[in-house]
Amino acid sequence: MGDGLFFDEMTLDDGNVRPVYGKIARWLEATPMELLSSRRAQAELLFRRMGITFAVYGEKDAGERLIPFDIIPRIMLRSEWTRLEAGLLQRVKALNAFLKDVYGAQEIIKSGKIPADLILNNPEFRPEMVGRPVPHDIYVQIAGIDIVRTGEDDFYVLEDNVRTPSGVSYMLENREVMMRLMPDLFAEHRVAPVENYPDVLLAALRSVAPHGEEQATIALLTPGRFNSAYYEHSFLADKLGVELVEGRDLFVESDKLYMRTTQGPRQVNVLYRRIDDKFLDPEVFHPDSVLGVPGLMRAYHAGNVTLANAVGTGVADDKAIYTYMPEIIAFYLGEKALLKNVPTWRCREPEALRHVLANLGDLVVKEVNGSGGYGMLVGPRATKAQIEAFAGKLAKDPNNFIAQPTLALSTTPTFFDTGIAPRHVDLRPFILTGTNGVRVVPGGLTRVALIENSLVVNSSQGGGTKDTWVVDDAIFERQQSFQSQSQSQSQGFQGQSQMQS
Amino acid sequence: MLSRTADHLYWLARYVERADFLARIVEATQRLATLPTNYSGTGTEWESALESSGAAAGFRETRGAAEEQSVVEYLTFAPDNPSSIRNCIELARTNARAVRTALTVEMWDAINGAWIELKRFEANNASRGFYDRRELSRFLDFVKKTSLDYDGSAYRTMLRNDAFWFSRLGLFIERADNTARILDVKYHVLLPENEAVGGSLDYFQWTAILRAVSALTAYHWVYRENVKPWLIADLLILKLEMPRSLIACYDNIVYFLDAIAKAYGKPGPSQKQAHAIMQRLESASTSEIFKMGLHEFLTEFVQDNDRLGHTISEQYLQY
Repeated sequence: MGDGLFFDEMTLDDGNVRPVYGKIARWLEATPMELLSSRRAQAELLFRRMGITFAVYGEKDAGERLIPFDIIPRIMLRSEWTRLEAGLLQRVKALNAFLKDVYGAQEIIKSGKIPADLILNNPEFRPEMVGRPVPHDIYVQIAGIDIVRTGEDDFYVLEDNVRTPSGVSYMLENREVMMRLMPDLFAEHRVAPVENYPDVLLAALRSVAPHGEEQATIALLTPGRFNSAYYEHSFLADKLGVELVEGRDLFVESDKLYMRTTQGPRQVNVLYRRIDDKFLDPEVFHPDSVLGVPGLMRAYHAGNVTLANAVGTGVADDKAIYTYMPEIIAFYLGEKALLKNVPTWRCREPEALRHVLANLGDLVVKEVNGSGGYGMLVGPRATKAQIEAFAGKLAKDPNNFIAQPTLALSTTPTFFDTGIAPRHVDLRPFILTGTNGVRVVPGGLTRVALIENSLVVNSSQGGGTKDTWVVDDAIFERQQSFQSQSQSQSQGFQGQSQMQS
Repeated sequence: MLSRTADHLYWLARYVERADFLARIVEATQRLATLPTNYSGTGTEWESALESSGAAAGFRETRGAAEEQSVVEYLTFAPDNPSSIRNCIELARTNARAVRTALTVEMWDAINGAWIELKRFEANNASRGFYDRRELSRFLDFVKKTSLDYDGSAYRTMLRNDAFWFSRLGLFIERADNTARILDVKYHVLLPENEAVGGSLDYFQWTAILRAVSALTAYHWVYRENVKPWLIADLLILKLEMPRSLIACYDNIVYFLDAIAKAYGKPGPSQKQAHAIMQRLESASTSEIFKMGLHEFLTEFVQDNDRLGHTISEQYLQY
């Protein structure tokens, strides 16, 4: 399936199947297309019945859509995962240290490692948080770090998400559906479980209660059922066993946060908020926001409630700050970054801008604060007119953009009614931080760009998801010995897939 | 629990119950309306259906004469009738979505599955372009099954705590209202003076009432007698063993309100009001009710029931 340009995680350029995908290749070969079709239909039905839907902003019938699910799992070896994991934990520790510094002593600015204006003039920088320590010095309880793969040993961090990262419900539900639909395939692989994620999250949230309250009351704050991630909010609240609250359920009195219950007010100690900073408290931010709670920031500053994630974390996952991550890790941890950054041109730097403008056709240009795949230019896929229009935007406001080479994102086999074809994927693992340490469950959300040749995996832009299986190396080492025997089978598979593609 | 959660659960149960009642009204009316006119008597069955479902005013404003097709459309799929079956299921699901965490998987499955099915029926209905009685009866069966599914899954899977109690309160307040309404619309045929010996013309009206509250078989089991109007009133107002009777509804309402008061450590105005209504029902007899006037009795009951609904909201559900 590999076409030489991209690393395919199943099939190498020479047609051989990578051992880790051996069972999958044989399964795909042995399973008639109709059966795969019907499995996928079943999966869709399950998702729909569970109500796993999301809304796409700006669409007319934006009510409820299913995020497409691909039934071919993405496989990763335990040894690969272990290396990733170490890099993820390191990165999140550094991000927390960075945020503590940015809103505290600002040593990194004084050291000259990062230009002051990049932090202090950053739209996600919250002056309200300067000199206001947060409980236990933890800013990012929940991080989602997007990883892409470009080769056998090449993993890059595409971006850090430390505001209100979403998608973890799909990681959990995809697994449930796969276990139900393909019990045999699943059992053969001995997949590392992810189902303890809510438990780990709950432990992390409990641990950050402002005064280490034993019986801390936790609540999850959602913007409400019209939000695109509402399903996830309710799913998580349910799994955590905490109340799913909206702004109107909460109020602040004497700098304490309460929720309105049938038995009167009840104090909330930890608020897992899935609302952006700017909507949290109309007294401090958008005065006309009805999603938040008037006085919430007073309660926060008084140390009576922990917000997870903290206010102002956006300054750390900004795409401009991203480019400094190796320096940030070195500065706070004295370590070399374990995960690579994608080489990035900061358009704010005149020389870089010149280079970017001259090579727009080969680059991906992103807004520093954009997310969800909106407002970006994918040079190689853009028309001449699009590139010209974008060049104008870029020249006018270079500070707002960064550019990266179009990464050769790896592909994995993906099922379509017309056959199986390679599609580009990324991976978002979720990293949890509490006073009890930094943890990540093995796996994450694999997002797949369903449109042929597309590199954009966002669900709002035609992306789908896959279950991600972390499997023990041992299983495949044993198997390697008879790999040569199955060679002819792999060949057969290769022939089949070429006809299809 | 959150007041808002309790409020959504309460209304979720009410809307499911209401959808069920509407389906039964349509079904019973249809039976009645297909009888030869000299059996069914009045020829105003569809108007009665609108009256019992509280939709008469809205219908008159937007539609013409009350004929089968237009009334059925109004009570089933009309988007502009706030209490059409379609809107009840839609609202039930909206409430369910708002409090998914408070529902068990089974309850969510029941209501979300029904909503998906509703969309299918709705699309078929819109594209068909003609009135199809067979499809209608399939639809009404589906609605009745939805309430069974939802109610059954709630009953079988919910923890017995305040979430369950508020959900049950919604169901019984709605049910009491529905039973009282259908009795009130038909009160004239229930007056004892109208009784004729043997095959009264009103017989079909009476059985239609019983059908609408799924009590036709129950009637025979309780009284082992021919269908007689005062016994229908007795069954639907004062018989504790009849699950849709006013007294059975209040038996439950009092029970669940007391459970809440006990768990929360203090009773309030809603407990007081519910007990008063229950006492009134316990001390009543059919002869006394008929003497006072069935219509007057029912009007008063509907008002009291409504007032209790408001009191429960004020005491527990405001956010």
